[in-house]
Amino acid sequence: MAGNAKQLKGNTRWALGLNATLVYVFFYAPIALLILFSFSDDPLVGRWGGFTLDWYRAFGENEEVQSALGVSIRVAIMSTVVSVVLGTMAALALERYRFRGNKFFDALLYLPVIIPDVTMAVMMLLFFTIARNAASTIFGVDVSKGVWSVTVSHIAFSISFVSIVVRARIAGMSEKLEEAAQDLYASRWQAFRYVTLPLILPGIIGGGLLALTLSLDDVVITQFVAGPGSTTLPVYVFGLIRRGVSPLINAVSVVMLAASVLLVLLSLVAQRARGGDVT
Amino acid sequence: MGEEMHDQAGGPMTAAVDIQGVTKRFGDVVAVDNVDLEIADGEFFAMLGPSGCGKTTTLRMIAGLEFPTEGSLKIFGEEVGTLPPNLRPVNTVFQNYALFPHMNVLDNVSFGLRMQGKDKRESAHAAQEMLELVQLGGMAKRKPDQLSGGQQQRVALARALVNKPKVLLLDEPLGALDLKLRQDMQNELKSLQRELGVSFVFVTHDQEEALTMSDRIAVMHDGKLLQVGTAEELYDQPVNRFVADFIGQTNLIDATVFDADMIVLANGTKIRAPNPYPAGDKVAMSLRPESISIGHVDEVPEEFRATSLTGTVSDVIYLGHSHVYTVNVDWMPLEVRTNATPTSIKHEPGSEVAIWWDRRSDWVVPDEGHGA
Ligand SMILES: Nc1ncnc2c1ncn2[C@@H]1O[C@H](COP(=O)(O)OP(=O)(O)OP(=O)(O)O)[C@@H](O)[C@H]1O
Ligand SMILES: [Mg+2]
Repeated sequence: MAGNAKQLKGNTRWALGLNATLVYVFFYAPIALLILFSFSDDPLVGRWGGFTLDWYRAFGENEEVQSALGVSIRVAIMSTVVSVVLGTMAALALERYRFRGNKFFDALLYLPVIIPDVTMAVMMLLFFTIARNAASTIFGVDVSKGVWSVTVSHIAFSISFVSIVVRARIAGMSEKLEEAAQDLYASRWQAFRYVTLPLILPGIIGGGLLALTLSLDDVVITQFVAGPGSTTLPVYVFGLIRRGVSPLINAVSVVMLAASVLLVLLSLVAQRARGGDVT
Repeated sequence: MGEEMHDQAGGPMTAAVDIQGVTKRFGDVVAVDNVDLEIADGEFFAMLGPSGCGKTTTLRMIAGLEFPTEGSLKIFGEEVGTLPPNLRPVNTVFQNYALFPHMNVLDNVSFGLRMQGKDKRESAHAAQEMLELVQLGGMAKRKPDQLSGGQQQRVALARALVNKPKVLLLDEPLGALDLKLRQDMQNELKSLQRELGVSFVFVTHDQEEALTMSDRIAVMHDGKLLQVGTAEELYDQPVNRFVADFIGQTNLIDATVFDADMIVLANGTKIRAPNPYPAGDKVAMSLRPESISIGHVDEVPEEFRATSLTGTVSDVIYLGHSHVYTVNVDWMPLEVRTNATPTSIKHEPGSEVAIWWDRRSDWVVPDEGHGA
């Protein structure tokens, strides 16, 4: 088979080469253009007006952008930490302990992955409205939507992704290893700390980076549950577009792209690491 | 079985493992069924039986990885029923070794000591020494996946033994090795056990392995413990059809008890076979192929008249050192194994022959415990 692949006829090879080129152009031309025009000194998007760093300067100086970025980062970090802990615990429970209703919870966990964003957003909105009404009638306090409701929503959808990634890792790890650890005088906690955790750590980190990316990228759900002062960067960009596009959006997008690429690279590095030893 | 164990001085001795009336159920499955078992200190003890008979489950209960549904389980006199594994003075060599893939060999071996709170240097030192003992001194820094199957096996052994357990549990530790390596490891295990004087509880479904290595063997079937004894006891005095058939090869001939000295075979032939069963009981006579002699019909020696049958040779296989005959004695085929010497006569298929045996070499078992 390998021999055949090497002996492809000249024109087949040429066609394949063209195909690959087109695919790459299709993928990367918009990115290249985005990056290029983020340096364009012309307030109209898509017209080259000479090289400038003004848009990046604007990005750094614009208070609205800065505050949106701050909200994004805070929400992303908080929701990632919480969903990593809860998602990992859910994964361990579902994978390691057989209990009544196991299958049911199993299916339930996958639901947020397949529910359309808009549905999820409406669900969360409804939930927060009812929660707010309940809080004000029962406790007489007003809990209006804000950063906390955005964070809770992000946690809600991130848990599923984290636990799916972590579960794959746990499933690939023999239960015998934990038993061996306990047989070798490790308590349950020590067995988890020195054997299970290092072995599933790449999964946890992978899941965490996924949660971080999902949180930083989300527009639809965030827009529904955001309150005053909880505009995230993607929601802000979305709003900017409605008011009219400026190359500032390009600059913001490039920064977001760079952040995403960085996260993916980090996750690759994490997956390669094999976990630590007993110290 | 029933006898108490005694030490050299003759006094009663605490058993390393004492299992009384232990049953383990998984839902509807009875994995281990009312087992009584005592394993002596310093004994090489094998648990033998077909797949699914409850060997692993028994071992896991001793290790604390599974708790008995009923019954009492003591280790050196201390009741351990629901004590977690980390609080028991036993260690296990798992079937597929279960080495920690993220740690190097030295860290694997020192893990148990570290978990017991021993100092890092001290643990590493003890681990290195144990690695030398299993001839892996130079492999300390390797990861388990950089070792061969046999080497991983030794690491698993070192990882357990470095803790100086009072009882070492081994679940088919040689199952994954090829024949040659297996035999080498059998010898090594045996001499290691003698050297350390620790009780080894060794699970296997290879009867030859059990017979050659162990001081005593327990035969299990369907969760029940059928018999415990030395290799000779199991071979010469099986308690039922299953054990007779499972240990070595045998001819099982259905019969009825005539009196304490005689049984009647299916064709009415009376055979001398001392037995403790009441007259009229259905029994089976176990007759090992190698304890039967074969010859011409008129050749049966006088003293073996009462323990002889006649039949027709239907098949003969030459194995170099022996001939294996299949002799049809009118209602069933029997296997007969004779030494092949240059002077021995070979009986061709179709020839009429007599077969006879010493009355001490037949053995009557109750007609129960069919299987295998
Ligand atoms: N965790 C479990 N849940 C349900 N049934 C089990 C469990 N563990 C064992 N069993 C059942 O208990 C019985 C005994 O199993 P066990 O593993 O002890 O057999 P074994 O003698 O070790 O067999 P093998 O030689 O194949 O390893 C089997 O019927 C098995 O299916
Ligand atoms: Mg087993």
